Amino acid sequence: MGDLNTSMIEKYRNDFLKEVEANVEEGQWVKMCMQCGVCSGSCPLGPSWEHPPQEIFMMIRAGRRDEVLKSESMWMCTSCYNCIVRCPRELPITHIMHGLANYAHRLGLAPKMNPTRRFAKIFWDNIAKSGRVNELELSMRLYFMDGFKSGVQKGLEMKDIGIGMLKTGRLNPFGLFAHKGCKDIKGIHKMLKKAYEIEDRKKGFVA
Amino acid sequence: MADMKVGAYLCQGCGLGERLDIKGLATVAQKEGKAQVVREHEFLCNSQGVAMIQKDVAEEGVNRVVIGACSRRAKVEAFQFPTAAVTRVNLREQVIWSQPDTDEARELTQEMAADYIRMGCAEAKKTAVPAINPAAGHNKRILVVGGGITGMTAALEAARGGYDVLLVEKEAALGGFAAKLHRRVPFTEPFADPQDNGVAALAAAVQGESRIQVFLGATTTRTSGAPGAFSVDITTESGPTVTENVGAIVMATGFRPYDASRLPEFGFGSSPLVVDQAGLEALASDAAAKGQAIVRPDGKAVKSVVFVQCAGQRDETGTHLKYCSGHCCNTSIKQAMYFKDQNPNVDTAIIYTDLRTPGNGEDFYRSAQRKGVTFTKGRVAKVETAGDGLTVHFHDLILNDQAATISSVDLVVLATGQVPNSGVDIEAKPAESKDGEARVQSVSILNLTYRQGPDVPQLKYGFTDSHFICFPYETRRTGIYTAGPVRRPMDIAQAVEDATGAALKAIQSVESAAHGRAVHPRAGDLSYPSFRREGCTQCKRCTVECPFGAIDEDEQRYPQFNEGRCRRCGTCMGACPVRVISFENYSIDTVGAQIKAVDVPDEFSEKPRILLLACENDAYPALDMAGMNRRVSSAFVRTIPVRCLGSVNMIWITDALNSGYDGVMLMGCKHGDDYQCHFVKGSELASYRMSKIDDTLKNLNLEVDRVRTLEVAITDIERVPALIDEYAAKINEIGMSPFKGF
Amino acid sequence: MARKEYSFYPGCSSERRASASNYMVSVESMCQKLDIKLNEIPDWNCCGASIGYAQGGELPRHVMNARNLAISEQVNKGQDVVATCAACWLGAKETKDRLAHDQGLLAEANEALREAGMNLVYKGEQEVRHMVEVLIEDLGYDELRKPVVKPLEGMKIAGYVGCQTNRPFGIAGESFENPKYLDHLIEIVGAEPVEKYDQKVTCCGGALAFSEPEKSQAQIKKIVESAYDYGAEMIVTPCPVCQMNVEIYQGQINKRYGTKFNMPVTYYSQLMTVAYGGSAKEAGLNGQIVRAPRLEEIAAKGR
Repeated sequence: MGDLNTSMIEKYRNDFLKEVEANVEEGQWVKMCMQCGVCSGSCPLGPSWEHPPQEIFMMIRAGRRDEVLKSESMWMCTSCYNCIVRCPRELPITHIMHGLANYAHRLGLAPKMNPTRRFAKIFWDNIAKSGRVNELELSMRLYFMDGFKSGVQKGLEMKDIGIGMLKTGRLNPFGLFAHKGCKDIKGIHKMLKKAYEIEDRKKGFVA
Repeated sequence: MADMKVGAYLCQGCGLGERLDIKGLATVAQKEGKAQVVREHEFLCNSQGVAMIQKDVAEEGVNRVVIGACSRRAKVEAFQFPTAAVTRVNLREQVIWSQPDTDEARELTQEMAADYIRMGCAEAKKTAVPAINPAAGHNKRILVVGGGITGMTAALEAARGGYDVLLVEKEAALGGFAAKLHRRVPFTEPFADPQDNGVAALAAAVQGESRIQVFLGATTTRTSGAPGAFSVDITTESGPTVTENVGAIVMATGFRPYDASRLPEFGFGSSPLVVDQAGLEALASDAAAKGQAIVRPDGKAVKSVVFVQCAGQRDETGTHLKYCSGHCCNTSIKQAMYFKDQNPNVDTAIIYTDLRTPGNGEDFYRSAQRKGVTFTKGRVAKVETAGDGLTVHFHDLILNDQAATISSVDLVVLATGQVPNSGVDIEAKPAESKDGEARVQSVSILNLTYRQGPDVPQLKYGFTDSHFICFPYETRRTGIYTAGPVRRPMDIAQAVEDATGAALKAIQSVESAAHGRAVHPRAGDLSYPSFRREGCTQCKRCTVECPFGAIDEDEQRYPQFNEGRCRRCGTCMGACPVRVISFENYSIDTVGAQIKAVDVPDEFSEKPRILLLACENDAYPALDMAGMNRRVSSAFVRTIPVRCLGSVNMIWITDALNSGYDGVMLMGCKHGDDYQCHFVKGSELASYRMSKIDDTLKNLNLEVDRVRTLEVAITDIERVPALIDEYAAKINEIGMSPFKGF
Repeated sequence: MARKEYSFYPGCSSERRASASNYMVSVESMCQKLDIKLNEIPDWNCCGASIGYAQGGELPRHVMNARNLAISEQVNKGQDVVATCAACWLGAKETKDRLAHDQGLLAEANEALREAGMNLVYKGEQEVRHMVEVLIEDLGYDELRKPVVKPLEGMKIAGYVGCQTNRPFGIAGESFENPKYLDHLIEIVGAEPVEKYDQKVTCCGGALAFSEPEKSQAQIKKIVESAYDYGAEMIVTPCPVCQMNVEIYQGQINKRYGTKFNMPVTYYSQLMTVAYGGSAKEAGLNGQIVRAPRLEEIAAKGR
């Protein structure tokens, strides 16, 4: 992963904007931001972003590669799409933020302990495994991601909710053993593998 | 008109017949108004009603027509009788529509209507049909001063409209500032790329237009006269001075860039790599002539350019230009594209605080973003030489980074603003230095022989704009219109539009002058001021205060009216302490007689009388519209429209107070920096005069609240009746005037 | 033959014993009453949800959705794809949108699809719609009103639209800032909508309810509090994530902030099922962690 980062730095030298345009989902839109700040003001978690989207765009243009890619900011996105519908320039801001987070994650620069990054990874692994979400496994893995002790503690905090979900028939107590998933799970695995291959090839992530 | 014959015509339509005792009003017109002919009609403005009046004018010899119907602002065409002076009595909007429709209110409403009939008849007897100005000028040629985009466009538009044009340009060639541009900001779809500056084509069109006579290397060294009859000396550098007669003048003298050498912090002067926008155009034109890419002045290749917006503009410290010049954001975008279009790998950064690209400029802005021009919101602090290039230090306003830099910069372009070439500031007080360099210019452009000074008055920051929303192009010199960046900061597209507008105004002016008519805002008015020479004390107030420089002084130091320059505001009439200035249809007597005609009940009647002198441009229409909205206001107010508060003579106020009025209100337009006065200075002068009324009131032993001056706008439809009621309540509080019955 | 037929994409949370199983129960009842037939897309897979971006990336996410759509094109020919879950709808619609405007991406998606079974080729033939769109556009408010036999009289309900049913696509003709359709649906079933519910489109935190619980719960608090402020006795929503987040964390919020929230959060389909005469069980009301007693009462009436 570190190698990939190094090779990208070499490939794009100081032109971080170009790197973003080439490698980040919808990155070609970054240069079109007109710095009005509506996105930052519209974000439900706006105050929690160290650098709200408006600043991120500015930092990309200013070539502040490390600051952007190592930032916790993009990981604050709740995918509410408020910024997208309000942007007067119609930039797909949500997707750009997702794209940046994904790229930072791919390069291994994203903050290791960021809870959303970790959850997102667990989530995708969960669905990629069987084709569908296994909610029990997902929540168990989430609670225990910091080890057994803290997992038990979190589990206890969430106990009432869990029992509530169980009682109302909205959680499968046997999900860890009896989750069915998709029938053509082999096909799905092959399909995803291929998709990764294509994407890596396209973005020059593999030789 | 030897015998005066007054005909009063009372309308019963629009509810007047139901709300008022029209018979009773007819009796008032006859007995008190002394109208020889009095008629009622159920629908006066229809063809029968009008025909009835026409018949009286033609056959009965009626030459003063009093119309008791709707406001003077309604049915203007219907109630026009060329051989008779017409007086309008506003019974509809300002009587029945502004009083409650109740049985209790009937008596006061009728009293109000009766007073207005008395006033109308009294006014009629003091007024006359204006004779046409004997000094009307008939020259319809148009002089355009300045051969840039604006001047050439104005000349072409006027010529194509069928008018002969003289075009005077001080340089040896047409083109002005735009000729020096490598390209111009796009003005056609898709507004994505710089376009040819278009000067050559425009100049060719001008040269090919037979109605246009071009004077190159020439200036206007003397200008005298009035609309329709200007006389202008045109002096050519090498040749003789010729005197030409023209009917109107368009002044399109453009701008010069703000002097960048006043910005040493940005390295101008100390580094050849720092240029202003004009300097970059020169580099670009040079490169284009050689068929090369733009290079540094030292011949090296350009890899990085930084554009500094608002250099010496929008300055709050008082050192530089205070204003935004409007075009510079688009110009920098255009110049950044010079580089990007030649080589997309050149870094171009535009550092701005607010990017202003109005209209289609937004598309141009987006196009630049697509081409990879970097836009950085920041404020440049310093440009320093570093090694072979420059380092730009700036405050990044988005990231709030005070120490942001861009280094290894090959060129820095300063967006300095426009300074108008507006000639001599005739109102400048010598000791004062205002707005930095913008004002410092002492070479006259028009060399007017007017008493008030050699150039047109400036409004703000040296620009010659008049009220830009209500009446663009107007200067305070009738028949002289300014257009383009001398009027206000603007770009080429706006200048072209401006030039067309000014050409139309000039055409309007020569046509009106030929008919002896006034131009804006009393367009078509045939009256003009005259004065009784024997009564004049040569105090010069009229010549000093005329907002339009219409009055000079003759050899014997009497005022000399240039009727063609007059806008008919009556400010001279308001100023005259001995009341010798008048118009045939508007004079001390036409208003004075109305004031005296009002029936003032005695002090025990509990019926006060308040005189309201309302400006016809804003206050009076607002009162009409309040009536249309059925906004009720005090029945004790009697309103007289005036041409401008500037025309209000103190005698009206003292007369009113002496004859027992309990209060006098004046409603005029906003004055000061953002004035709305249609005569620019009228309401300001009135307010100045009224500031001295307190002494008069004290001499009369009256309360200062007996006179109140108010600023209103045409949109104050709700506010105007409220102001009236507020004042009526105040009068009620102070009590009745002690002067009644004297 | 049913009056309307759709290719149905239920999504993970609607599965039996999953977090929105009660939604599914009520949707089935509602559709039965309205004579709508839903043909489930066989062997559908997860849409990737929004949170899938970090690990999933661009193409794999689109490929997941393209698989579902391609199966639908093959099996449920000529039918629109309908999703009940906001995230499923958004994910599928986004993929349709992007692949329609990017031929390169379409080719890449199909290249990957070939690796899956069933000889799938995605062509982009079918519309992707939310259940709410189907109700409003294909049936119309008047048709939705007809089957009402037990109007929810006297109930004041806050229509919480949330994010993903509303943005970035939304329902045609509705504004992003103040969509009205949910209020109309509340009106149709005989209840009173909270007209000025000012947290109508506030984000509940979505997936960040797991990863950033404090921040999400601050959002949820606003959403519930505003409903109380305007006198609502219940919140109704079209989105399973909204429903779950706003309902199940009330206990934790009460602990954190000392509030006393106990606000039922239901789906529009549950209101409709009850108004159409369905039982509490048919409406999935037994799936509420915060019970909805008034709704249960009405459902029990006359039984």
